[in-house]
Order: sequence, then structure tokens, then C-alpha cells
Amino acid sequence: MRLAATAMGYALLAVVRVLTGAQARWHGCPPKAEQRIYFANHQSHADLVLIWAALPQELRSITRPIAARDYWTASRLKQWITTEVFNAVYVERERKGDEDPLQPLIQALDSGDSLILFPEGTRGFEEDPQPFKSGLYNLALRFPDVVLVPTWIHNVQRVMPKGEVVPVPVLCSVTFGEPLKLGPDEPRADFLARARLAVMALREV
Amino acid sequence: MGSFVRSLTPGQQVSLLFVAVFGLLALATVVQVLLSLRERSGQDIDADAARLRHQRQLDNQSLLRTSWIMALVFWVGWATGPRVAIVLFGLVSFFVLREFISLSPTRRGDHRSLVLAFFVVLPVQYALVWTGQVALFTVFIPVYVFLAIPVVSALRNDPHRFLERNAKLQWGIMVCVYGLSHVPALLLLEFPGWRGNTAFLVFFLVLVVQTCMLVQHLAARGLRRPVAPAISDSFHWRSWGMGLLAGGLLGALLAGLTPFKPLPALAMALVACVAGTLGHVVMKAIKRDRGVTHWGGASRSVTGAAGLLDRVDALCLAAPVFFHSVRWTFQL
Repeated sequence: MRLAATAMGYALLAVVRVLTGAQARWHGCPPKAEQRIYFANHQSHADLVLIWAALPQELRSITRPIAARDYWTASRLKQWITTEVFNAVYVERERKGDEDPLQPLIQALDSGDSLILFPEGTRGFEEDPQPFKSGLYNLALRFPDVVLVPTWIHNVQRVMPKGEVVPVPVLCSVTFGEPLKLGPDEPRADFLARARLAVMALREV
Repeated sequence: MGSFVRSLTPGQQVSLLFVAVFGLLALATVVQVLLSLRERSGQDIDADAARLRHQRQLDNQSLLRTSWIMALVFWVGWATGPRVAIVLFGLVSFFVLREFISLSPTRRGDHRSLVLAFFVVLPVQYALVWTGQVALFTVFIPVYVFLAIPVVSALRNDPHRFLERNAKLQWGIMVCVYGLSHVPALLLLEFPGWRGNTAFLVFFLVLVVQTCMLVQHLAARGLRRPVAPAISDSFHWRSWGMGLLAGGLLGALLAGLTPFKPLPALAMALVACVAGTLGHVVMKAIKRDRGVTHWGGASRSVTGAAGLLDRVDALCLAAPVFFHSVRWTFQL
């Protein structure tokens, strides 16, 4: 089973590179094996695959993307890929009962993994990302030592817009920016706005 | 010299040519490495001149690197036979079209048309080359695809900038797929009474156009007042003439290895060079319209484009003209 997952990983990587180039641009920080949260704009389900492909091999194994449970467990193949290949952390998009939706993320960070997070919560279709949800702030508060890396994914919405199944080859890139720190006593809204601007600033570089 | 070359079999002639090309490239690389070791002289101290020189050096390096890659690719293509060459050009088409589309904004309504272009039109066009359907292959894109693409777009119900979006897509397919597929299509031409390898015609075209571009590029240095400064600051009538002269002469020299006599070879080389260089200017105009100077280069920071289209755009526009001129002239 492990072998199949590795083979699938390489196959996916090849497909993603042929279609998009999946170029990583380390603009504000080097690729480094420290505990990080990469937070990015979200325009397509392929975002997750693209960041995963853009990371170097060594970081890919310790970085876990967040996947929406309802979409990524819809079929057995999707579920198998997200668990075995991406080693994803599932989150509920809709809140159920009084369970904390951040619980799986906290568990993952506790065990030392890095995360890929889309703080908009859902995919946006505008030029600018939507306002960020408070999950990022809560995690930053709880794990002050984890490095927060803003990330901009360029062009991926053109590869596979909502409602389409066949991807189209368009060059994409992933830009990693300068890490962000939560200031002492920084209000939640200020921090989230600052984080969003940090992500958007990477569009121009 | 001429009689010696003529006494060889076509296979040996082409091998000889490859030896010559790789020899020249090796020589150029050595010269370039030596130049890069040269110390800066005192007058160059002012920053602008130094930067310009550095820029030129980088420019030369990238030019040489692409020449190496292209020569290697053609050697592999020749050594492994026409089938591999067709697949190879199909792949180049794919990557070049990807570059073109990345820099031309499309909307969500264009998605199906793009799928059609990449995964139906491109493979079918190369399959037609593979199976040797010359008649269908020259009309497939200008006639059938010309209708199919806007129909698919229109059915997606998005009138916003419809003409512009479709024009971009049509142009991309015409240049990147139709144009480039004419290069391996030269393998389909059969010259009565000529036993040589038609793969050589591909090499003739590429070598002549590339030489012309190279000479033009080098001759433009130091010239001022380009013809159309807003489009290209390296296009001058004089350097253009020198490029054509070099390309044409090379064509005439290679005549012994082609099905042509020297004079027709000169004419064919000139046709290819005129089409290639002017096509390159047209592609430059498109790049300016998109606000980039290179399909790779400056835009690399955003899209990761490798700039492959910069290198083959002359060929894309020269190949169909060359192909049909040869067919017309020799009544094939």
C-alpha cells in the first residue's frame, strides 16, 4: 500500500509539473525544516495539490495540507489520495455541535507537523481574497513558536475553475513571503487584516 | 571539397554536418568562456557601460545555450528517425502553447475551448502529420478548428470581450500548433529522383533561419534608430539585410545536401529567412501588447515561463511558408 502511495505521489507530481510548472519562489524566507504554517489564498481545490508540489521533497513529508472533509472524502480515490499521499488533516467546513473545528489542526501542530492553511475558509472568485477567518489567529495565539509564512498561489484558478473536471495547462507559481509574527496584545481583527495584506502583497513581487 | 561531400552517402553527409555544427558550437563556447575571464578595462568603470556589457554577456550565454539544446534535440531527432521527431515537436508545441496561454488572460468561459485546444486539436494535428495526411493537415486548423473554438466559447454564454478572447486563442493555436507542426511535416515531402533523407530538410530550415536570426542579432549591436522602436529595438533594415544574406548564402552552401540546386536553395533559404525574421517581429509586437519583453525573462518571476517561445517563434511562422513554397515550386 505504501508503494502504491509513493508511485501515486510521483505520478501526481509529474502531471502537476507538466500542466502548471508548479514553480516555487522563496521570496521572504528560505525553504527550511522548521515548524511552519503556510497560509495562502484559495481559489481552487487544486491549490492544495499545487503547494504540495511546489514544496521541496524534504519539506513535503513534514507538511500537512488542510482538506475540506466533505469534498476530499467524497470518493474513495480522493480519500485515499488525501490520506496516503498528502497526509492531509481533514476539517469540517460547517460547524457541527459544540466541537471545536480547529481540534484536528491543534493535534497536528502538537505532534510537530507543519500545516498548509487556507484562512478564507472557502474558495473565492474575486481578484482579492476574502476576509480571513479567525482560525489562523487562534493557532498563532496558541502556538507562538510556529513560523507563519504568507503564501500567494498565482494563476491556479485558470487551471481548473469551479465546476470543471478537466484541467488546462497554464503556468502557475507559488510565492512564499516573509514570515509574520503575532504582536503582543495585537487585536484579532488587526492581525487577520495584516495577514491578508501580507498574502496579497506577494501578488506583485 | 564539393566533390568529396558529393561522394558521401546522404547519411554520411548529415553526420558530417552535425560534426561541423557541434564543432562550431564548441568553438563558440570556448571563446565565450575566455571572454568571460577577461578583466574589465579602465574605461568601463562607469556603471551603465558595465551593466550593458554584463547584460550582453548574459544574452550571449543564453543564446549559446539554446543553440546547444536545439542542435542536440535535432541530432536526437535525426538519429532516432522521423517518428520521434514528430513526438518531439508535439511536446514542444504543448509547452509553447502553455506559455502563450499563460500570458494571455482567459476567462472561465474559455475553459472548454482551452481543453479542446490542448487535448484534441494539438494531438489530432500531430496525428495527421504522423499518418501523412498532407491535404487534411494543412486545412484542419484554419478551416475546422477556426469554427469549433468560437462555437465552444459561445455556448458557454459569456459575451465579455468575446472577439478578443477568441482571437488570442486562435492565434495561439495557429502559431504554436499549426506553425510548428509544419516543421516535422517536411518529412512527408517526397522528391522524385532524390534518395536523400527528408529529415535533412528540417535541419536545413532550422539551421538557415537560426543563422539568419543570429547574424541579425549580432549585426544590430551598435546600430541606432530601429525601424519600429516601440516594438523592437533590435530590428534595423541593415542588420536584417545582413541576416538574410548570411542565411541565404548558408542555404546555397548546403544545396549539395538538399534536393535543390544552389540557386533554388538560395531562394528557398531566403523565403524561410524573410518569413522567420518578420514573424519574430510580429511575435515581439504581441509580447509588447501583453506588456512583457520576453515570454520567459521578466515574466519568469510571475509565471515560471521558460521562454521557449522566444526561441522557436521565428520557426513557427517560417515553417508553413517554407513548406508550401517548396510544395508549390516543386509541384509535389
